[in-house]
Amino acid sequence: MTPEDIAKRASELRWKLPQDYHDRWVESIYAESARIASRNVEQEGKTFRLTWERRLDTLLTNRWTGIPIMILMLAAILWITIIGANIPSGILANILLDHGHPLMKQLADAAHLPWWLSGVLVDGLYLTMAWVISVMLPPMAIFFPLFTMLEDFGYLPRVAFNLDHLFQRVGAHGKQALTMSMGWGCNAAGIVATRVIDSPRERLIAIITNNFALCNGRWPTQILLATVFLGVLVPPAFAGIVSAGAVLAVALFGVTLTFFTSWILSTTVLKGEASTFTLELPPFRPPNILRTLYTSLIDRTLIVLWRAIVFAAPAGVVLWSISNIQINGVSLAQWLVTILDGPGWFIGLNGVILVAYIVAIPANEIVIPTVLMLTVMTTGLTGVGEQGAGVMFETSENSALAMLLQAGGWTTLTAICLMLFSLCHNPCSTTIYTIYKETKSLKWTLVSTFMPIGFGIVICGSVAFVWRMLAS
Amino acid sequence: MFGKSGCADCNNCSVPAQSKIERLGVKLGQSDFVIALAGNPNTGKSTVFNSLTGLRQHTGNWPGKTIARAEGGFSYNGKKYRMVDLPGTYSLLSATEDEEVARNFILFGKPDVTVVVLDPMRLERNLNLALQVLQLTEKAIVCVNLMDEARAHGLSVDARGLARDLGVPVVLAAARQGEGVDQLLTEIDDMANGRSGCNPYRMKYDIPTVKESVDELVAMLSETFPGMPHKEWVALRLLEGDPRIVEAVKTGEIGSLGSDHVATGTISACGN
Repeated sequence: MTPEDIAKRASELRWKLPQDYHDRWVESIYAESARIASRNVEQEGKTFRLTWERRLDTLLTNRWTGIPIMILMLAAILWITIIGANIPSGILANILLDHGHPLMKQLADAAHLPWWLSGVLVDGLYLTMAWVISVMLPPMAIFFPLFTMLEDFGYLPRVAFNLDHLFQRVGAHGKQALTMSMGWGCNAAGIVATRVIDSPRERLIAIITNNFALCNGRWPTQILLATVFLGVLVPPAFAGIVSAGAVLAVALFGVTLTFFTSWILSTTVLKGEASTFTLELPPFRPPNILRTLYTSLIDRTLIVLWRAIVFAAPAGVVLWSISNIQINGVSLAQWLVTILDGPGWFIGLNGVILVAYIVAIPANEIVIPTVLMLTVMTTGLTGVGEQGAGVMFETSENSALAMLLQAGGWTTLTAICLMLFSLCHNPCSTTIYTIYKETKSLKWTLVSTFMPIGFGIVICGSVAFVWRMLAS
Repeated sequence: MFGKSGCADCNNCSVPAQSKIERLGVKLGQSDFVIALAGNPNTGKSTVFNSLTGLRQHTGNWPGKTIARAEGGFSYNGKKYRMVDLPGTYSLLSATEDEEVARNFILFGKPDVTVVVLDPMRLERNLNLALQVLQLTEKAIVCVNLMDEARAHGLSVDARGLARDLGVPVVLAAARQGEGVDQLLTEIDDMANGRSGCNPYRMKYDIPTVKESVDELVAMLSETFPGMPHKEWVALRLLEGDPRIVEAVKTGEIGSLGSDHVATGTISACGN
């Protein structure tokens, strides 16, 4: 008996089977399950929890209230983060920058380090790391636990449920809502999570558009810029709300871009119908607060911060070096900044920001610290770092940070364009590598990398153009 | 017959099971037994997995979180266990990637024990999977997790009755609180070492001509591939025309499936 004979006999036998035998088999399993379950489970008394859960679900997944509640929740989280980050950020900046930096300087002097070594170590490495910690740690330590608690509570599947209809309309998979939410934590994680999507076409769409979900590294950038530049445009009482609103607007714009890009892709190069899937809405579970605090602090905050520090340290060295290596009496950094100032102006940014984005390809987290370092080094502002940077999140017009950036030629337009550019630019190197690993395709990796930059240039360019038209 | 599952007082059992467990995390090395963890999405499989292996695999209250299979290990009573957390599935009958990973591991990964994690609040739907798993393997333990939530809902589960109906040990647990983990460990230990009997409830294919066709194909398969496990299941897939299985049979590959997991010399009471 050869293997082929078995296969042949099987297909002969298949014709003799009743047409619906598979369905009948499944039905009999269901019937058996129901019988066993009803015999062994007993409901004692009435349960209020179930009715309560159902009521909450009708509210959270309702056609009219679902999406507004979702937006309100995100707004509330952002507002708490912005308000709450003020004080710890000020304290950290005070310790690490106002006192730590001069102390390190003194220590370097006392150790008789050569000027360049003290420059690399203290002004480059230490200062960048200190900035990363004081700017990034407080908002992350507030934002992540809040987000994790929502996840534990069981809210994410409801988000997927609410957005499923929209994703279907643009020809993408409903589970893309889940991978997008993961991307709000980390794009690399979001891209790995697209494995839950079976169809290769829809999976590619989810991978390419994941970068439009603001990640860990970019939330602090958004929060910082919104607080320093947009919060000050209104009376202090409204500053928090305006800042949170601005960050929310950018995040929602990212969601809009996700839909738009998915639609473009699914009607052009990745044509096809959206496939169906089953999504179970899990029960609401009271978040285990202590565990959530622990895991989000250990697994997310510290890991992200550590990554930022790891990348910030060499970046600081690079920055200090390019600021101090001179060609014809002008530093290398100055050269680059001057060259990129022209193209930067067109998209409402400046040379410093573009250089910062090149240096910060390894990690989005260090964009802002790099911008600050470069501004200090290229404007030749002295004294910043010793007594300058001060309270990072102080929402007053004469905050040290605003003063520093304004000295670097920043306006409200620069801040708005940077917020948009931070949303639409190439993913960090880890994410690019992850995309390559997941797609095994150079072509799609390049598309995922350069398409957002294209979007960023067009969007920022248009905003800058319109702004200048209106301003003149 | 039903192991110790009938012992209703396991929570007060004097044997300090947890004291004998050593969590190995991912330091697996050569393991004595392989334990598979199956269950519907969002039944807390990853929480059970973490509480046994000491790993902190990310858990989240949304289905489909375990993307591929996760592995970890623990040592108990001097034996090393490798634990595999399978992706959550509702059934093992369809062709999605998740179900294929879970199904192939239970069939051909030759786990020494398959733990099926069930959600007591959705027991009717969850039992589908349990029944399907029992069609595939004798060595299964049912773990009814989330009992803390079930109690909050005013539900009570008759573990003894369930064990009688399913023919396998049943453990009530709330892995988030660590409740029932001791008992689960004891059951795993007993079954892996062949100390507890297994007589799982098997549904009959009582649909005319199906039984006969399966029997005929099983006979042919045993002649061509002696020693191949799960002949009945393979026969059924052949009848359904599952292209992968048909291909695997044609090339003869089916006979060697699963040999990548070297037999661990388990004392098996089930004579599989």
